[in-house]
Amino acid sequence: MSIVIEHMTKSFDGTAVLRGIDLTIESGELVALLGPSGSGKTTLLKIIAGLEWPNSGRLAVHGADWLHLAAQDRRIGFVFQHYALFPHMSVRDNIAFGLSVRPRAQRPGKAVIAAKVDQLLEFLQIAHLGDRYPAQLSGGQRQRVALGRALAIEPTVLLLDEPFGALDAAVRRDLRAWLRQVHDETGSTTIFVTHDQEEAFELADRVVVMGEGRIEQIGNADQIHDHPASPFVARFMGATIELPVMLQAGRAEAQGLDPSRLPRRALPDGPATLFLRPADVTPLADPAGRWQVAHRTSNGALLRLELTDGTGQFGIDLPRRAPEAQGLVPGARVNLRPEAGTIFPGPRALASQAATAAFPRKEKSL
Amino acid sequence: MSTVALTHAPGQSRAVPRLLIGLAFALTAIFVVAPLAFIFWRAFAEGWAVYLKNIADPLVLHAIWLTTLVAVIVVPVNIAFGIAVAWAIARFRFPGRKLLMVLIEIPFSISPIIAGICYLLLYGRQGLLGPWLAAHDLKVMFALPGIVLVTMFVTAPFVVREVLPLMQAQGSEQEQAAVTLGARGWQVFSRVTLPNIRWALLYGAVLCTARAVGEFGGVSVVSGSIRGQTNTLPLQIELMFNDLNTTGAFAAASTLTVIALVVLVVKAALESRR
Ligand SMILES: Nc1ncnc2c1ncn2[C@@H]1O[C@H](COP(=O)(O)OP(=O)(O)OP(=O)(O)O)[C@@H](O)[C@H]1O
Ligand SMILES: [Mg+2]
Repeated sequence: MSIVIEHMTKSFDGTAVLRGIDLTIESGELVALLGPSGSGKTTLLKIIAGLEWPNSGRLAVHGADWLHLAAQDRRIGFVFQHYALFPHMSVRDNIAFGLSVRPRAQRPGKAVIAAKVDQLLEFLQIAHLGDRYPAQLSGGQRQRVALGRALAIEPTVLLLDEPFGALDAAVRRDLRAWLRQVHDETGSTTIFVTHDQEEAFELADRVVVMGEGRIEQIGNADQIHDHPASPFVARFMGATIELPVMLQAGRAEAQGLDPSRLPRRALPDGPATLFLRPADVTPLADPAGRWQVAHRTSNGALLRLELTDGTGQFGIDLPRRAPEAQGLVPGARVNLRPEAGTIFPGPRALASQAATAAFPRKEKSL
Repeated sequence: MSTVALTHAPGQSRAVPRLLIGLAFALTAIFVVAPLAFIFWRAFAEGWAVYLKNIADPLVLHAIWLTTLVAVIVVPVNIAFGIAVAWAIARFRFPGRKLLMVLIEIPFSISPIIAGICYLLLYGRQGLLGPWLAAHDLKVMFALPGIVLVTMFVTAPFVVREVLPLMQAQGSEQEQAAVTLGARGWQVFSRVTLPNIRWALLYGAVLCTARAVGEFGGVSVVSGSIRGQTNTLPLQIELMFNDLNTTGAFAAASTLTVIALVVLVVKAALESRR
């Protein structure tokens, strides 16, 4: 079931939450919605599910207009962040719910439903938990039950809102692989929301990066890492060093900066901002260097150096045993050689102002 | 670490808590238990035979019947009203929502006798709707409908107040989940919403019953106290008391007290379940 979303907007009490979403998801694809808190991920998911309605835009699934279809008739599987299991029903009854509320004519017989539930319990690896109540389950087990309940109606579209948000790291990793397997075996079109980059990139065919109600970029891990489409994405992907540079013939030039490793960019000459990740910078010891080492800390494997040039301070990471690291004690002076980075036109102040103007920070009202 | 078990903070005297606990028991005994015991003592003062004769008095029996009837009408209506209002306030944002939340508390804050007078002014013979009601031969005041209306007014907040906080705390995710699984409105309500609020609902209904059975002030205005017709049990007790039939009054009062005690036990049982 392909999903096509066009020009979708949504506001709550006059506050724009979705500001024009265009997105096409192919049948059978596994897509991650990645973005900071409050960027509208849940809202978009709920609109697809029919639990919210947009102010404008189009939603077509497999060619059919879904905005005129009640949530009950969409046959989607929705997994809530906090599971939303029915506490007064056993695991079995929870999973059977979607089948047992069908109109009498379409409702499978009791035996058929029971067999289907058994099969799902087996598939979800929770066969021994069928008679328990949600309160008697661990977080990971509840998550499986929630997914089982959603899968019981054989949904064509599976929507998961931060499915692993409330679980610890080891369980998350387990369930991640398992969800991929479920997706592949059921062949459904799946969208899941996360704000964990690692999870998004590891699990999804494509990642949709959202910021303040807009889609900032769509791509796989390498594309988004190496070519962030906007300062917002660059920052969100962990580029925390922003240096003002001058572009000359496609090269970023600045005092103390060795741009030899950066590819030339087809950008007009003039002021620009270079976005760097702390691990993509090599320090070059130089007594007349622009930056001075202010602090040096180590976590055993990595060394973090805080550098300052009198106007600004930032940290860079390098392997503790790297030859360049020797002698870089507080007070030493260095120049920098970026190994990779992204350039956006415009001076730094302007770039970050533009970024904040385009994505005004709002507090989540919860 | 000291190995001595401490039952109270060191350096603090046990006298103060003991005094307070003793005081609490003493006050409860003086103000609550003694009067209740007195009711039963007086009711049985002249023996079982007289007690039964007093209860079997047709006027008393009629009052018991009327009181039960009022409760049987009022409690289900208030349950339905309570669920509807709690649902609306917890699940929807609409203009006037805050106002509605204040309005449903009004019966708690104003004296029931004022409610009775309002109804009298509205539905009474000289009231706003009086001529219209008379023209259609509808009797509201000094009849069952008036008693039911006033009792309904007085007990309106009980169910809402129990159910609303629970519905607000639970949020609507379970209901949304049910909807995505294909459940229609009624199925969502009966299979997800209702089971979640059932204890709060029952608790509210019990409180509502206790109040409906015991209401005196508001009902006394609108009932007209017609013996054997519009006298509820509390009104009948007052009447017998004024007639100097104290044993009879205490017998009737003991009946009302027994009803109240049963309700109290049910309430306590429900509380321990929650
Ligand atoms: N029912 C609502 N009424 C008013 N505002 C809402 C409502 N639902 C969401 N919002 C607002 O819409 C914005 C986006 O919310 P949404 O839940 O879609 O964010 P999100 O990307 O899922 O965030 P998170 O990662 O924290 O879950 C937030 O600013 C939120 O306060
Ligand atoms: Mg969310």
